[in-house]
Amino acid sequence: MLEDLFKIVKVRLDDDSSKNRKSKVSIPSNLLFKCPRCQAVVFMEDFDANQRVCTSCNYHARLTAPERLKLTIDKDSFIEYDSEMGSVNPIGFPGYEKKIEELQEATGLRDAVITGECTIKGQPCVIGVMDSRFMMASMGSVVGEKITRAFERASEKRLPVVLFTASGGARMQEGIISLMQMAKTSGAAARHSDQGLLYITVLTDPTTGGVTASFASLGDIVIAEPKVLVGFAGRRVIEGTIKQRLPDDFQSAEFLLEHGFVDMIVERRRMRRTLSNLLRLHRSDVCAGGGRQ
Amino acid sequence: MSKLTAWERMEIIRQKGRPTINDYIPMLFEEFYELHGDKLFGDDGAILGGIAVLDGRPVTVVAQVKGRSIEENKRTNFAMPHPEGYRKALRLMKQAEKFGRPVVCFIDTPGAFCGIAAEERGEGESIARNLFEMMRLKTPVVSVVLGEGGSGGALGLGVCDELCMLENAIYSVISPRGAASILWKDASKEKETANMLRITAEDLKEFGVADTIIPEPPGGAHKNPQLTAENMADSISAALHKLSDLRLEELLERRYEKFRKIGAFTE
Ligand SMILES: [Zn+2]
Repeated sequence: MLEDLFKIVKVRLDDDSSKNRKSKVSIPSNLLFKCPRCQAVVFMEDFDANQRVCTSCNYHARLTAPERLKLTIDKDSFIEYDSEMGSVNPIGFPGYEKKIEELQEATGLRDAVITGECTIKGQPCVIGVMDSRFMMASMGSVVGEKITRAFERASEKRLPVVLFTASGGARMQEGIISLMQMAKTSGAAARHSDQGLLYITVLTDPTTGGVTASFASLGDIVIAEPKVLVGFAGRRVIEGTIKQRLPDDFQSAEFLLEHGFVDMIVERRRMRRTLSNLLRLHRSDVCAGGGRQ
Repeated sequence: MSKLTAWERMEIIRQKGRPTINDYIPMLFEEFYELHGDKLFGDDGAILGGIAVLDGRPVTVVAQVKGRSIEENKRTNFAMPHPEGYRKALRLMKQAEKFGRPVVCFIDTPGAFCGIAAEERGEGESIARNLFEMMRLKTPVVSVVLGEGGSGGALGLGVCDELCMLENAIYSVISPRGAASILWKDASKEKETANMLRITAEDLKEFGVADTIIPEPPGGAHKNPQLTAENMADSISAALHKLSDLRLEELLERRYEKFRKIGAFTE
């Protein structure tokens, strides 16, 4: 569904450039960003300089996992976990290995999530960042296992967990095994929580399906970036059921905030500071409440 | 047990007379008291809950309800729960935990409902919360797939110590129809897709997801609901008996490990 959305955007851009060719102005479309939320077209340079946030409507566009890490964590603080883990084809799904290889080649990633330890303005945590370039960051065994291990290691080391989520949902190509990753990751989050440790979720564009219905919704504090898409069911599926067009802000971060499923919406330029402050306020040497055992 | 393809089994579970939880309850349990509502928003007809008696002992029952008629399907929304359904299920499971009753879940859904109200009330959050809480629920949980185990909507009642599947039941991350329309932009390739996705009880047992396959009479459960119910009662009783011997820490460790070990990757 989301891939479709991008196809639409791409087609429109191509349309524009063909029109442009007929007129006098001609700008290659890779120098422009067309916002999928407000349709405004801005120079890619300005858009990049604004941390890939639409200068017109404040839509927080997708970042790659390396870009996200660079913006969020302290320089040279990252120790990656499980960097070699890769997918196999457990149900013999046609073409799956080939698709994985192509994506590994194109993105430089092994799969759809990077996990590890880092500090954010000096505050230590275990971090995970999903990358929508890799099969819409769908959750198969690798994503499930890496997220689970991230929680388990954080439990052992008594560290908080920060996860930047983005996902099209469970990875169909791994069949029932992908569905079970929802239970596995939620169980690891529960054990981490039982240790009295903090888990912060940052919902980024787009977080949907089985990831929304598992670890993305389970943070002690759930943050979202402005204007991002977050939901369970696909928009097309719902439109098909109700036979009418949904409002533009349906399943947006703001929609979730209004309905009580997001603690706060935080702009990208304030994210690092916000995370670091929240981490600090949950340190065991800072908390001094009464009745502790 | 018969050797049928996924598609042939899907044809059996789609038979009009396929027994539903409403047929099975009087056959499985000596007593049953329905308990309504999530005590937060409403009472979702897609999920039935209550206290039942099995082998003379109380258990909590939570079930997805397929309708046997148009009126019943209107009431139960074709077994597609809203968030309040999952929250009702969780409320009753926490109640079971308090009173030391085992929980028996019956899965029979095309999936969680996809609609505006469901999104507004947090369909994703409600399922996530069930997974999180069921994983650490301090009482035994046995889940039984009666017919259709549809994705996250099924898993919302599927975090358990023992997963039983009726012989012709399926359990899938995506409906074969949905997968066909994504893969080949052609929903009519449902049959080929069903046979490719590995969704039968035998497949799930091979993957270590299902523990027990409950035999159905030749032709399917509708040919002899009473016999099917007897087979089901035997499997549920055996599972609960086995689980009742475990200490609480063992039970929870075993449940965590049951899901923890599922996954295939290289490193
Ligand atoms: Zn915009």
